[in-house]
Amino acid sequence: MMENEIDRALLEKIADLLGKPVGAFNIRKDCGCDGRQSTEHIEITGKEDKPGIDIRVKDGTVGETCHIPVIITKPGIEEMVYNDFYIGENCSVNIVAGCGIHNCGDKASRHDGIHTFYVGKHSHVHYTEKHYGEGDGKGGKIMNPQTIVYLEEGASIQMDTTQIRGIDSTKRYTKIICGKGAEAVVTERLLTHGEQVAESDLIIELNGEDAKGRVISRSVAQDASSQVFKPCVVGNAKCFGHVQCDSIIMGPATIHSVPEIAANSTEAQLIHEAAIGKIAGDQLLKLQTLGLTEEQAEDCILKGFLA
Amino acid sequence: MLELKHIGFAVREGDEELGILSDISLTIDDHKLVVFTGPNGGGKTTLAKIIMGLVTPTSGQIFWNGQDITALGITERAKLGISYGFQQPPRFKGLTVRDLLTLASGDQHLSKDQCCQFLTKVGLCANDYLEREVDVSLSGGEVKRIEIASILARSAALMIFDEPEAGIDLWSFARLTETFEQIHAGGTATMIIISHQERIISLADEVIVVGDGVIRHRGPASEILPQILADTLSGCPVLTKEAHAK
Repeated sequence: MMENEIDRALLEKIADLLGKPVGAFNIRKDCGCDGRQSTEHIEITGKEDKPGIDIRVKDGTVGETCHIPVIITKPGIEEMVYNDFYIGENCSVNIVAGCGIHNCGDKASRHDGIHTFYVGKHSHVHYTEKHYGEGDGKGGKIMNPQTIVYLEEGASIQMDTTQIRGIDSTKRYTKIICGKGAEAVVTERLLTHGEQVAESDLIIELNGEDAKGRVISRSVAQDASSQVFKPCVVGNAKCFGHVQCDSIIMGPATIHSVPEIAANSTEAQLIHEAAIGKIAGDQLLKLQTLGLTEEQAEDCILKGFLA
Repeated sequence: MLELKHIGFAVREGDEELGILSDISLTIDDHKLVVFTGPNGGGKTTLAKIIMGLVTPTSGQIFWNGQDITALGITERAKLGISYGFQQPPRFKGLTVRDLLTLASGDQHLSKDQCCQFLTKVGLCANDYLEREVDVSLSGGEVKRIEIASILARSAALMIFDEPEAGIDLWSFARLTETFEQIHAGGTATMIIISHQERIISLADEVIVVGDGVIRHRGPASEILPQILADTLSGCPVLTKEAHAK
């Protein structure tokens, strides 16, 4: 497991993993399983009928982390993976997913994943997903993740997704269904460059009384890259929803930001805000007066914005 | 030592050339506290920006410690020890107060204690502010004080402050003037403060009154302050009448 430098570097980038993870994990490498470990509270099993795994977290599991990174190191690999998470009641767990592609070849490498979460009553899931691509081959690095989340009464998910450079094409679809008193917080960080394209469709349905949904999206589009965001919060009950999209646009890039809120209940309280703009000139000047060059100032502003 | 020689700045508007500054020459010795004051639109901020390199003069030269810095950019001047506190500082989404102070100090391992010292000098508590983002969640006065703290963190040889008192409440203002006094007494930095506040003006070794793009008066505070007041009155018949009535 993790026998070479490429694997190690990818795993560190996407899952902050140095060496063997502690706790439950499943490492998928080039369409195969490169290591798996269950714990007393978290059981990971392979699917029989299709690629992917089932992750079952026992009731009352608190403070455990489960790593499920995917790495692709060979060109020309295309895969579709189904991972299902069954989180019991009264849990609080961290799930660290992510996909790293190292492509030095001319054929495209592509990872499509469908993650489905069933989060039991009063459980909290912190889900982190990082996408990263590297390699100087002409082959594209493509990722199309889908995440579907069902939150039962009082359940919550904090979903943090990050894609900073390297992925040529991504189409993300996220749907979160919130029951009574459930809460979904989604933070999205994205940087595209070159001729990369990124699309993100996100729907949070607030179906139960006192459900809450919050989307915080920050993105940077450089060069000739393009981005399309369509976050949508639907209020079907007494609920609160907030969508906030902020983008920095640079060079000839294009960004479409289409936040949507929809209410089907008079008790739904929904807000959206969206902004697209270039780096402000006075920000660059200020950092230059602190001794940074213009390039360093730009990097610093982008790094902070995407932090 | 800072020397400005025959500094001029003009902008072209259509076929017309508008003079903002004309033929300004002055020398500021090391470790002096100099206040630029004068009417709004008189050219004080432009002059200060020319020293930092934020504005390029259309004529004249600037020397810093004997070196001609007229052609140097902002970054190079910053590295030579010139710093500038903006009148209306920008906000940054994602950069915290700690980030800004760390960048300003140039010390990647700037400790909380050190940050605390800079913030205390502008009347802010590190515990409340260090991890906050310098974004729209902060009030104008808070951003302004953080801006001044960032200049203190630079510990530059030349500190330029553009209306540091603007937007700051009375209590913090008192703390701020103490800080300027302390820096001045410490004798390690030259300060140029653009200000209209009598209390700051009275701290100055020299007051330079800039109006209509030229230096109208210069001299010690004790001499200039009464002149400023007289000027203000003479410009307005109503005020003059009222003053005489008293």
